[in-house]
Amino acid sequence: MMDLISQITVSGLMFWFLAAVTIVGGLGVALSQNILYSGFCLMITLIGVAGLYLFLGADFVGAVQLIVYIGGILVVILFSVLLTKRIGVDKTTSSWMNRGVSVLGCLALLGMLLFSVTKATWRVTETVSTPTTARIGDGLLREYLFPFELISVVLLMSLVGAMVLARRAAKDNSGQQQDSIERLQ
Amino acid sequence: MNIGIEHYLIVSSFLFVIGMYTVATRRHAVAILMGVELLLNSASINFVAFSHFVEGGISGYVFSLFIIVLAAAEAAVALAIVLSLFRNTNTVDVTESVTLQG
Repeated sequence: MMDLISQITVSGLMFWFLAAVTIVGGLGVALSQNILYSGFCLMITLIGVAGLYLFLGADFVGAVQLIVYIGGILVVILFSVLLTKRIGVDKTTSSWMNRGVSVLGCLALLGMLLFSVTKATWRVTETVSTPTTARIGDGLLREYLFPFELISVVLLMSLVGAMVLARRAAKDNSGQQQDSIERLQ
Repeated sequence: MNIGIEHYLIVSSFLFVIGMYTVATRRHAVAILMGVELLLNSASINFVAFSHFVEGGISGYVFSLFIIVLAAAEAAVALAIVLSLFRNTNTVDVTESVTLQG
């Protein structure tokens, strides 16, 4: 028992805490009947993942995760939950057979993943965490310049496309939209 | 106890399976999108972990940044489609939207 306690380190405890936060949040997303609760559980998961990034020494990626995912994507998701009908309860859950098959398939996949992860020998090198921001910036403007520009164009196109999609629907169905607003009130 | 790469891979495996279950069982379109976000995050954890445990190189970090950007683009388009679908058919249940099935 004493041996076990002496093996526990602060960093180990922090890792297990972050892993537990991540997985419990994910379970909340999967199992909560209320879509809004799912959204907030997704926020907990994303914070846990950002913590794992920081724990891995990826300071820049962790900060981007916090800013873009939680500040951007999650807020948009929650907005779209609030803008559509059936706020909250996801009444139409899947049938028991669908869920049973899904549970079986997912458990089989989990078994395979855990088996291969624990059986494989990973050739790792002991690394010391150094700040990554400068190296990432350097890489983005040198070897990853073309993918960086490409993904900027992809992001611009998809944002313009999303705006066009949402706007045209609003113009064509202004009467219908009025109906749904009245129904919400 | 030393935290090795296996621990991160196991956490990301759990996250991946949870995301797959969410995508498979939910019928609310936005909830399915949340499951996709879980899947993307689990892949991203793997990239960052491999990048951390292998000397030099920032490929994993850059790839996880690209994943985040693509997730933002995907969320924007998908939510625009969901809003458009809701305005046209008044439902966000993916099993009720069968117009394209012919």
